[in-house]
Amino acid sequence: MSKKTEEIPDILTGEYFTTGNLAVAEGSLAAGCKYFGGYPITPSSEVAEHMAERLPQVGGHFVQFEDELASIASVLGASWGGWKSCTATSGPGYSLMVENIGLGVMMETPCVIVNVQRGGPSTGLPTLVGQQDVQQARWGSHGDYEIIALSPNSVQECFDLAIDAFNYAEKYRVPVTILMDETIGHMSERLVIPKRSQVKRLNRKKPSDKPGQQIHLPYEADKDLIPPMAVAGEGYRTITTGLTHDARGYPVINASAQKKIVKRLCNKILLNKNDIIKFEEYLLEDAEYVLISFGISSRAAKGAVNLARNKGIKAGLLRLITIWPFADEAIQEMAKKAKVIFVVEINNGQITREVQRAAAKQKADVYGILKLGGSIHTPAEILKEMEEKI
Amino acid sequence: MIKKESNSMILDAEAHPLDSYLRPGRIPHIWCSGCSLGSITTVVIEAIIESEIDPKNIAIVSGIGCTGRAAGYLNFDSFHTTHGRALPFAIGLGITDPNRKVIVISGDGDIASIGGNHLIHAARRNADITVFCVNNFQYGMTGGQVGPTSYIGQYQTTSPYGNIEEPFNLPALAASCGATYVSRWTALDVRRMKESFVEALLHKGFSFVEILGACPTTYGRRNQLRDGLTILENFKNRTILQHGIDPMKAQIQKDGPIIVGKFVEIQKPTLTDNLLRLHKMAKNVKPEL
Amino acid sequence: MSDRIEVRFAGFGGQGIALMGRLVGETIALHEKGKTAIMTQSYGPESRGGASSSDVVIDTTEIDFPKATHYDYFVCMSEEAYTKYIGRMKERGVMFVEEDLVILDAHAKKASKIFKIPATALAETLGSKLYANICMLGYVCANTDLFKEKDFMKVMKDKVRARFIENNIKAFNLGKNHKG
Repeated sequence: MSKKTEEIPDILTGEYFTTGNLAVAEGSLAAGCKYFGGYPITPSSEVAEHMAERLPQVGGHFVQFEDELASIASVLGASWGGWKSCTATSGPGYSLMVENIGLGVMMETPCVIVNVQRGGPSTGLPTLVGQQDVQQARWGSHGDYEIIALSPNSVQECFDLAIDAFNYAEKYRVPVTILMDETIGHMSERLVIPKRSQVKRLNRKKPSDKPGQQIHLPYEADKDLIPPMAVAGEGYRTITTGLTHDARGYPVINASAQKKIVKRLCNKILLNKNDIIKFEEYLLEDAEYVLISFGISSRAAKGAVNLARNKGIKAGLLRLITIWPFADEAIQEMAKKAKVIFVVEINNGQITREVQRAAAKQKADVYGILKLGGSIHTPAEILKEMEEKI
Repeated sequence: MIKKESNSMILDAEAHPLDSYLRPGRIPHIWCSGCSLGSITTVVIEAIIESEIDPKNIAIVSGIGCTGRAAGYLNFDSFHTTHGRALPFAIGLGITDPNRKVIVISGDGDIASIGGNHLIHAARRNADITVFCVNNFQYGMTGGQVGPTSYIGQYQTTSPYGNIEEPFNLPALAASCGATYVSRWTALDVRRMKESFVEALLHKGFSFVEILGACPTTYGRRNQLRDGLTILENFKNRTILQHGIDPMKAQIQKDGPIIVGKFVEIQKPTLTDNLLRLHKMAKNVKPEL
Repeated sequence: MSDRIEVRFAGFGGQGIALMGRLVGETIALHEKGKTAIMTQSYGPESRGGASSSDVVIDTTEIDFPKATHYDYFVCMSEEAYTKYIGRMKERGVMFVEEDLVILDAHAKKASKIFKIPATALAETLGSKLYANICMLGYVCANTDLFKEKDFMKVMKDKVRARFIENNIKAFNLGKNHKG
């Protein structure tokens, strides 16, 4: 028997000290990603660099494109070739990608976009932290749609949420954005990569009809509102378009077809909010003053909760892990009990507005503890702003 | 043969031998009377048949515009993408399976204007893609605006005094950027066009075929070429066949000669070849985390 | 309660400052039971050209703020870095300085202890000043409780190219055995 050549695995089980950017790349590989198309941009480039080294080792491909427009288009194409695919960028690149993220929504294309956020607008602060793309991730592309966005707050979570992102993308056939930030992307921390058997990998549904026997209906959704996905080369003669289309995938340009498809695209996400929305609760049982935060800001917010508790202030933290769809119900409940809700974020109140909407007409007042791009909050700064309002 | 749907246009017609290559229920198409896209699409189908490529391995990708609609009419795996992005979408689709034949069918505005950057880079990396670019000298679907292939003096809705900018010479552009198969035909050269399509389909690497098409509705009637036939006749009178000529010498000017032919056919490793080569190189590199 | 400790390594580009933070961070994060560590490094325009720095934040609980703002330990390998960062060292902080490259002034008086070592000159006895960073870490290891030598060796052997390992071990020992 010939000696088997030693393959380098896609899951590097073990314990590491590494950055968020490398962790999100390894998480993607662990999720089964085989394709990355990207364009260099600070502070996300290390994701591409790592994928360029790793993908050929696991039988996948890395292509550096001429721009972000091409990168995301290629990611959609590879997904329709049957490969789990992703790209990584930062604000300006994400701006260029949003049109085809919309195409991904309309074609129901599973894929993952990593956005390592920096300060904006425009070229903004290329090397410094920001959380200013959260609303762009929600509304960046034109038209009405629902999307999934996740926000890790540690290197470990960059890995873990990459797997979740791919699984959501495959399950719901939707582009999923991972909203990281410069600090998480570049800091090194302990990362534990589990055994292969502990990594849950979901794959898109396959059609139940045999190819070639009858006309395949690529956009005929099941009861869960998600159509099975026939990719290229399987013999289904699949068809897809960014135009408003019917179950056959044929363009139908009228209001009723538009209503039907947009409602389904939204509802397949909204009706599954319980599966998609994840958050962490910290000392909330008796909390009168609730901090809501996400990503790197949520670590300082937790520190502020600890400082406040030491001073006898009943503070707690709701950390959003899933940003979109938004945790309206959980926040509404919180706003019934709490005196004040503070939203800690590195932008001019993008999630604060969202919390104010969710908490409208409830007991709690909602304030933002905001920083613009460039630096992260310290726990002491947050506590100081809390005390001014208490 | 795929079961025909009830459709007034074809209800009483005999089944056509090419019917199974068109999506059932998608005809009539949206193209105007006198437009060349119908006959070009027929030639695409005939060339695919003649190439003997397994239809299962064929994927058609297009962008936005009149030509872009071709993907939706052809009964293969087909992808109607966004304006300008057909080529990068096609690259992602193509490299996932070396046996896949990805064909991009789109117009001059889609491929050379909004998607121009992707054209030059797809040619540079010799992506394994066949491009059928139908050039009708302007933007048809949006109502006849001037485009990067419009010649100087051409009248369009956004060049009411006549176009003032030099047009792209698409074969020269593709060839200079590294395309390994380049040809140009008019919609009238059906026989040569088909032979060239077959060659392009069987070519390994980036093959680019420009087809000059007639658009009577938004180009012809503004430029004293009132119907499709008149445009084709005009093409015929101006066409000179010159295989192997330096495509730089094939620029199209108002009323000047239209040089057609096969300009480039060379062999080079393709993007897919090179990506697969990396798999071996990467095997012995220890991943660093 | 938090047992937060902040360490800043600073010097100029080419001294391997980021590697110092990385090795120490990994040694603590992966080998010190009950401790967590985060390493960050200067990045972008601030890391081009002159000064270079890397920070290790250590705690016994989850680290809520990953950047170093008031250093408990300041490991300084250049004059420029000294001038730039001494202000952010805590009162009673501990300093390690490359004595041939740093001229101390009145600001250093707030340090509770200043350890001095000619790390570059010592490294040059091994054939290259590139070993100065590891030499300094040997000195830091011997004079603090930050990390253990055997853990550090494991990490260093994994991260450093095979042909440099032997001299790096020698450099570490030169630092460890140096009497300031």
